[in-house]
Amino acid sequence: MANFIDRRLNSKNKSTVNRQRFIRRYKSQIKKSVSEAINKRGVTDVDKGEDIVIPRKDLSEPIFHQGKGGIKDQVHPGNDQFSEGDRIKKPVGQQGKGTGEGDASDSGEGSDDFAFSISKEEYLNLLFEDLELPNLEKNQLDKLVEYKTVRSGFCAEGVPANIDIVKSLQGSIARRIAMTSTKRKQLKQAEQALEELRKDKHDHIKEERELIAKITVLKEKIAKVPFIDTFDMKFRNFSRQAVPSSRAVMFCLMDVSGSMDQATKDIAKRFYILLYLFLTRTYKTIDVVYIRHHTQAKEVDEQEFFYSQETGGTIASSALELMVKIVNERYSNNWNIYGAQASDGDNWADDSPYCHKLLLEKILPKARYFSYIEITQRAHQTLWQQYQQVADTQPHFAMRHIKSVDDIYPVFRDLFQKSTVQAA
Amino acid sequence: MAECKPLDDNSEWTFEKLTIYQTEIARVAEHYRLDTYTNQIEVITTEQMMDAYASIGMPIGYNHWTFGKKFIQTEQTYKRGHMGLAYEIVINSNPCISYLMEENTMTMQALVMAHACYGHNSFFKGNYLFKTWTDADSIIDYQLFAKNYISKCEHKFGISEVEATLDACHALMNHGVDRYKRPQKISLDEELKRQEERETYLQSQVNTIWRTMPDSNTKQTSTPVSFPSEPQENILYFIEKNAPLLKPWQREIVRIVRKTSQYFYPQKQTQVMNEGWACFWHYTIINHLFDEGLVTEKFMLEFLHSHTSVVAQQDYNSPYYSGINPYALGFNMFIDIRRICEHPTDEDKLWFPEIAGSIWLDTLHFAMENFKDESFISQYLSPKLIRDLKLFHIHDDDHNDYVEIAAIHNEKGYKKIRENLSNQYNLSNLEVNIQVVDANITGDRSLTLRHTPHQGVPLGDSTDEVLKHLHYLWQFDIKLVQPDNKGVDEIIASCPKADAKKTEKT
Repeated sequence: MANFIDRRLNSKNKSTVNRQRFIRRYKSQIKKSVSEAINKRGVTDVDKGEDIVIPRKDLSEPIFHQGKGGIKDQVHPGNDQFSEGDRIKKPVGQQGKGTGEGDASDSGEGSDDFAFSISKEEYLNLLFEDLELPNLEKNQLDKLVEYKTVRSGFCAEGVPANIDIVKSLQGSIARRIAMTSTKRKQLKQAEQALEELRKDKHDHIKEERELIAKITVLKEKIAKVPFIDTFDMKFRNFSRQAVPSSRAVMFCLMDVSGSMDQATKDIAKRFYILLYLFLTRTYKTIDVVYIRHHTQAKEVDEQEFFYSQETGGTIASSALELMVKIVNERYSNNWNIYGAQASDGDNWADDSPYCHKLLLEKILPKARYFSYIEITQRAHQTLWQQYQQVADTQPHFAMRHIKSVDDIYPVFRDLFQKSTVQAA
Repeated sequence: MAECKPLDDNSEWTFEKLTIYQTEIARVAEHYRLDTYTNQIEVITTEQMMDAYASIGMPIGYNHWTFGKKFIQTEQTYKRGHMGLAYEIVINSNPCISYLMEENTMTMQALVMAHACYGHNSFFKGNYLFKTWTDADSIIDYQLFAKNYISKCEHKFGISEVEATLDACHALMNHGVDRYKRPQKISLDEELKRQEERETYLQSQVNTIWRTMPDSNTKQTSTPVSFPSEPQENILYFIEKNAPLLKPWQREIVRIVRKTSQYFYPQKQTQVMNEGWACFWHYTIINHLFDEGLVTEKFMLEFLHSHTSVVAQQDYNSPYYSGINPYALGFNMFIDIRRICEHPTDEDKLWFPEIAGSIWLDTLHFAMENFKDESFISQYLSPKLIRDLKLFHIHDDDHNDYVEIAAIHNEKGYKKIRENLSNQYNLSNLEVNIQVVDANITGDRSLTLRHTPHQGVPLGDSTDEVLKHLHYLWQFDIKLVQPDNKGVDEIIASCPKADAKKTEKT
């Protein structure tokens, strides 16, 4: 006897819980792997999971097992050359090639590491785990609005150029049918009556005359109904509709003078990733422009942005100027402009008021949002003070002092809170 | 037998065809007196098969990270094409659950049904080890109970606590088996009822054992009683009953792991026999169907292709060699027993006087029912098979810089090879022999274990880690001793480490 059961439609992921347990258990190793991986991937590269590598020895489950040494007896198949009593030298510095080892070597020296993949969600969760990303969908930034003209039905008034002929003639036919229906009914009756009278053997000359007169009048009346009337006219209607722009450009500005070390840059990188991630929820196309500066600003690719080292003084305004230039050249119409500047706060003192002015007059009027993060352990300098004044008056400017990675999130909270206030 | 109309041999399977084939296979199996549990055949997908792999084949299991790790490993190796999945998994339960993979062709499904649903199934029902050690009726219920109990504990005491307890138990899982005592069979209801009672009772028992402690100063005169009175090989059982500070729910978890370990113990000891038996029967049953004309030659070609790759034995110098293939050894031995019964040679009559020329089916059933790998090999491995497989024996002594060929497939070597191959499947040689010898109940509560090395093989390098787990359960000092050359115990490991030892407050 046997029962067949089709289990194929049962839930597949019985092991999901166990998998999560595994990730939970090895979170520290996985996070380490994730943070190493973040340096390998680009800011815009957030749409895939990540390969995680954990040293195998960290994963082993210990049991009591037999070690190397002692006397081992093994039987093997396929003897092709040995006779009893043969002696074979062991390879020097090695245990015999497999022959001398027992079965229980499962927690010995694992040669390769344990590698597996995590999904995009798992990756992001781990990456921003301490940051408690809020529900991004709910808090949408308001976007730049553009208008476009769309057809929206028909109306009775309009300019001759917009006349819809088919609709108008349809109206005309309908009106004519409606206006003549009683008369046509009477006409029909009269014609029928006339017919009957004529078939009659007796003469009805008088009645016939009356009927013919009536028919003539009715026919004239029907013919008098106008072919087209102003009432029939239909015009195509157009209206303007607001379309939020789905394009955004994100400017990453960073000070690369000698005082910025790699750790600081990595913090900045996370900040940029977070901002990018946030923007992907709102916009379809996102351009990222990297501008790095010391005394001069330069537009660079991502690799150079994060990983090339330069020395020299710092003039922050150069980057802002370049940003203004690029905006005017490439992103002047219908782009949502976001700016994120990272610096360790060093700036040539005389330059800071100019930065203030640039921001206030040239950048903020055009930008959706501009954030400034200062990653430093030291006291604030002129740039911070100048920016502080901007922040007091401009709602879409945020600045934060970041000491470690954990501080990144509050900057974002600012961003979200602001948008809810604006919407209210 | 009259020629029958062959069954549909199209490689696509349907449930109707499965039923037809199953009926035929069942008929032939009955003809050969295969006594089975009712079959429950479940068709599953690849992913579900990987799930089943991760949970050691059980349909229900408690949640633990190690199963997640196994799943990820299986998934990785499978996706990279390093490994194919098994065609089936069969569970020793009543009804006997077998999983068939969706991707199998009709031929494969027939092979798998003959192999799992009649081969393994009859082995589970007939072999003495399974009869005495496992209870096929209640295992699924017990697993369900275990899963629910452990998830209840996780709610009450937190995932981390439960996980740490399970980790510790898993480290000692191989030492949670009664090797000689016979376990009792109880039903799920009873299990539940007992569990409640046990919880309260056990704790009171433990308290009783340790209650003597504070009085020890006053009663110094009594002779030191060693506890336990005899060495205990079932470490988990000892922990469950005697660990002083374990919480009741932890004792229950220890018990669950112990029970699971016990359940799988017979499978470890009968791998060669079990697989050999199943292979023998799928081979015999399908050939029987072919002789009746029920299956076509096309069907047979695919069947033989699969069959031969399953029972292939690589030679020692092949790059694919990874030890003796239990399928090959088992299958060949059963075939050989049948040969000895049906066509005995003079050599067979000398070596196996009691079975040469006997009724093969009786002899085969007897062999299946009354042996485990170790005894099966020492009883039935014939010189002919040793010659066929060209077995040879390597003796490797740590002290020499060479390995020695101790025996080959010749007159002089047969017995030696048979004895050594049999030892190779003797679990007590493979698993380390560690027993609880002393729990100091009147003193510092330390626990002493003794390792008795087998042929001078030392303990592996994860010993310290295991002791940490043991310490987690026992919560007082753990010592591991090993007799030295003169037979005097010396401490080879301890937890906490001897040098970093803190003074325990009592």
